[in-house]
Amino acid sequence: MLYIKCPYCGLRSQNEFAYGGDATIKRPNLNQEVSNTEWDNFVYLRKSPRGRHLEFWHHISGCRQWIKVDRDTATHEIFNTYKANEEV
Amino acid sequence: MSQNYRLENVGLINREKKISFKFNKKKYYGYEGDTLASALIANGVHLVGRSFKYHRPRGFFGAGVDEPYAIVQLYRNNETDPNVRATEQELFEGLEAESVNCWPNVNFDIGAINNFLRMFFPAGFYYKTFMWPRSFWYKIYEPIIRKAAGFGKASIKHDKERYEHKYEYCDILVTGSGPSGLASAYAAAKNGAKVIIAEEKSRYGGSLLTSDVNIGNQSGLQWAEKIITELKTMPNVIVKNRSQVFGYYDHNMLVMSERVSDHLPNTEKYTPKQRLWYIRAKEVVISSGSIERPLVFGNNDTPGVMLSSAAKDYIKLYGVLPGKKPIIFTNNDSGYETAIAFEKNGIDPIVLDTRRNPKSAIITEAQNLNINIKFSYVVVAAKGYKKVRSADIAEISDDKKTLGKIENITCDCICVSGFWTPTIHLASQSGNKTVFKKEIDAFIPSKPKQNETTVGSAKGIFTLKETLNDAFENGFNLSNKITNKNIRQSAPSVVEKITSSHDKFWCVPLPKGKNYKRFLDFQNDVAVSDIELALREGFRSIEHVKRYTTLGMATDQGKTSNLNGLQLVSEVEKKVVPQVGHTTFRPPYTPVTIGAIVGREIGKHSKPTRKSPMHSWHEKNNAVFVDAGVWLRPRYYKQGNESLFQASKREAKNVRQNVGLCDVTTLGKIDVKGPDSAEFLNRVYTNAWLKLPIGKARYGVMLREDGIVMDDGTTTRISENHYHMTTTTAQAANVLSHLEYYLQIVWPELNVNVVSSTEQWAGAAIAGPKSRKLLEKLFPDKDVSNEGLPFMGYTEGNFFGCNARIFRISFSGELAYEVNVESNNGYFMWEKIMEVGKEFNIQPYGTEALSTLRIEMGHVAGSELDGRTIPFDNSLEGLVSKKKDFIGKRSLEKTAYTAPDRQKLVGVVPLDKKTSIPEGSYLVKDANAKLPNPKLGHVSASCWSVEYDNPFSLAILKDGKNMIGKKLFALSPLKNKKIPVKIVSSHYVDPEGKRVRS
Ligand SMILES: [Zn+2]
Repeated sequence: MLYIKCPYCGLRSQNEFAYGGDATIKRPNLNQEVSNTEWDNFVYLRKSPRGRHLEFWHHISGCRQWIKVDRDTATHEIFNTYKANEEV
Repeated sequence: MSQNYRLENVGLINREKKISFKFNKKKYYGYEGDTLASALIANGVHLVGRSFKYHRPRGFFGAGVDEPYAIVQLYRNNETDPNVRATEQELFEGLEAESVNCWPNVNFDIGAINNFLRMFFPAGFYYKTFMWPRSFWYKIYEPIIRKAAGFGKASIKHDKERYEHKYEYCDILVTGSGPSGLASAYAAAKNGAKVIIAEEKSRYGGSLLTSDVNIGNQSGLQWAEKIITELKTMPNVIVKNRSQVFGYYDHNMLVMSERVSDHLPNTEKYTPKQRLWYIRAKEVVISSGSIERPLVFGNNDTPGVMLSSAAKDYIKLYGVLPGKKPIIFTNNDSGYETAIAFEKNGIDPIVLDTRRNPKSAIITEAQNLNINIKFSYVVVAAKGYKKVRSADIAEISDDKKTLGKIENITCDCICVSGFWTPTIHLASQSGNKTVFKKEIDAFIPSKPKQNETTVGSAKGIFTLKETLNDAFENGFNLSNKITNKNIRQSAPSVVEKITSSHDKFWCVPLPKGKNYKRFLDFQNDVAVSDIELALREGFRSIEHVKRYTTLGMATDQGKTSNLNGLQLVSEVEKKVVPQVGHTTFRPPYTPVTIGAIVGREIGKHSKPTRKSPMHSWHEKNNAVFVDAGVWLRPRYYKQGNESLFQASKREAKNVRQNVGLCDVTTLGKIDVKGPDSAEFLNRVYTNAWLKLPIGKARYGVMLREDGIVMDDGTTTRISENHYHMTTTTAQAANVLSHLEYYLQIVWPELNVNVVSSTEQWAGAAIAGPKSRKLLEKLFPDKDVSNEGLPFMGYTEGNFFGCNARIFRISFSGELAYEVNVESNNGYFMWEKIMEVGKEFNIQPYGTEALSTLRIEMGHVAGSELDGRTIPFDNSLEGLVSKKKDFIGKRSLEKTAYTAPDRQKLVGVVPLDKKTSIPEGSYLVKDANAKLPNPKLGHVSASCWSVEYDNPFSLAILKDGKNMIGKKLFALSPLKNKKIPVKIVSSHYVDPEGKRVRS
């Protein structure tokens, strides 16, 4: 079970969190012209790397903040965690 | 039967307390402190089971976790546990156990015929044989194999025992209480660290319990007792026995199984049978010790052949003699400790040492005791079927290839010692890449990946002095990283016998003309010849050899067999062992019960049951409940002998004719607050929200980014910057996460906060033509006329002294209101409404009537918003704004979503107006078309229309828009129904929506 450092609550066990997927995805702005390909890439395409991955986790049974976790998907090493609005 | 093999005055058992128990229905006696194994051996019982494949007789091989043979079915507390190691099971009054793997009984086992047919049971036998004809596998082979295989039976009854989970955090977790574990725990605890020390057995001390050493001025045993006693008094230390740390997971999370009550006849009240500990440790000290390796020779699985260390344990711990004419067969000095233990208790052993001329203090001691020692000697084969009767022994050449003349000597047990294998499971599980250490012919941990440090014999240190020095040092250093207290304990002085090196010999060659089975894996019956065959057949990877032969795959996970298997593969393949590599160690180290893994999360405890504040009223009024997500909701209120169908019809009818009351507390409620709330709702919902006035509610639909409908509900503007959002019961939690995602990640610039308020409000829906009259009586001071409180209006009022929120919203399609009061007033509100509503013939209605009402109105719910439909499919396109952007809007432009024959919500009525259409039925053009019959749509919800007194269903139908009036068939192959139906509008009742506005 991973040990994830929530930037608000500190080190907490994985079972307090929900996984939120690729954190490098940026939603196109509202009212912006978007091509089909661009939109489909945003909605459906996610990288699933073996190795370092920036991902969202939701501290759902804690402070309910969405956070970013820089994690190695192969070794589970967590390099750092960030608040949702922090640029990485 | 008396305890013929029990010694006097030896062992750590309590002779004051005699215990009776039964094995295979026969009664025996033992003492408190015995294991089932030691008590059986004391009674001269040596045959306890049959082997897995050949059903060969099985006795005791070890004295602990490594036991491959003595697996029994245990009966305790009116329950039964399979797969219990007799060597680990402590004796208690009334214990009952039975042999497994034998039928009809252990002495006469029909399956043993496999043993005589064993030339037909080579490696991969099951893979090779039962392949053809295919149907034979299911009908004939598998049932027979299933009957013959397996280690006991799982109880099919509900397990009434209690299992608990516990989370613990510590600085240092020490996994084992042998000398290295005690020393490191002590050093760390004295330095102020929070320490957990776990011992798998009931007694602390590990090898110190039986070894002949001195620490300081005391015996090893006394020292161990002193240390553990002091540790127990320290507030920063948790000391646990009967606790196996069985798994090492990510980020230094370890899991330990504690056998809290298995050693007692009954589990005490409020006490679990077993407890699973999740331990997050800053540092882990692996002090799991080492396990003796067997030597391999002919028929080395015969009952009476056992590990030399186990024999020593039986004598010194339990005062039990494994035999009265023992042979000690050893390649190292450890065997001499066992020989001396026998000799000192009046039994003359014969020692066969494979070495030519070893010299050490312990050998000298054995010689001084006049023990008969034969150097360069081996056991060629054990003789005897259900028990060792004699042994063929021979001298062996220095190159270990040639046997001398074979002699037969009488014996009743053969104690083998092939040196020691460090227990590296935990280190390996943690990600440590283990390395092969040639001097000890075994793998040891190398560079750690997580914060773990292995100490003692688990890392191949076999002298006590070195072990203690190293463990004290590690205990101090690891704790000091955390506590910085610099309180250092010095390691005590040690008196022990220096030993000579072991012989790199493990397998006795076959004598000419003999074809003895020489077993490597005793639990799975894997012999040397099986591995050789697998290699001849081309298997190379050790992982493949393992799976093909089942070497190391049994419940003992190859604790005694793995290394000898590797030795063999490396010899045949002419590689060195590290090139062959070892198979992966996976948790659990020892079997863990499913009960312990599940813990308290069983039945109703697997998720919380949520009840509304009015729950007890529903109970008192004969509600029949249904699970709605985690909530319990009344499905209907039973009157007399009513069926579900009759009751729901009555309740729905009463809503259409008079007034009904429905508990809607379970609806998700989210408070949305902040100056940007309107803008936020405008982005979340498909329709427009910027101009909703205060005191008004609006129905909204929200999508996922892929255009699929996520949820629907009404949201009310309570004040300038405060909205009250409702969600469906099922989606409440998902919607909150969804809103938080957009507020925190996508649009952090919006000044909005959301919080769940589901639990804060109790809700009651008052629905029916007489609901306004009722409301007037409930709120006499309020203007609740159609003008004062119009459709989708909102107001606040005083409900007999309670704050109330009044919404004029309707799910039933009737004139209806929803009253919310603070949860603790919910019961009062409900009772009061029922009381005041009496004169209007009010009746409570459940979810079944609620469904009926919404289905015949054509209102969509979860069965239509099923994660596969877009707004158009649900006839909600009128709510999709063309002017503004919102979550998921761009996806609605997809070609498939805009296709002219896109599926759409319709109503379905059977032509005979009698036959109910099963939910899930397919709509097709031709009921008898060839399969696969093209599916045009599916029936999503069905009811009995109380308005028209005939069945009515909703369906999602391809080109539904143009299908109104057409005739189709509803097919339900599951219920074997083909129903001719007519497609009608989904708005079956009051299509203009006059009633809600009346
Ligand atoms: Zn948090």
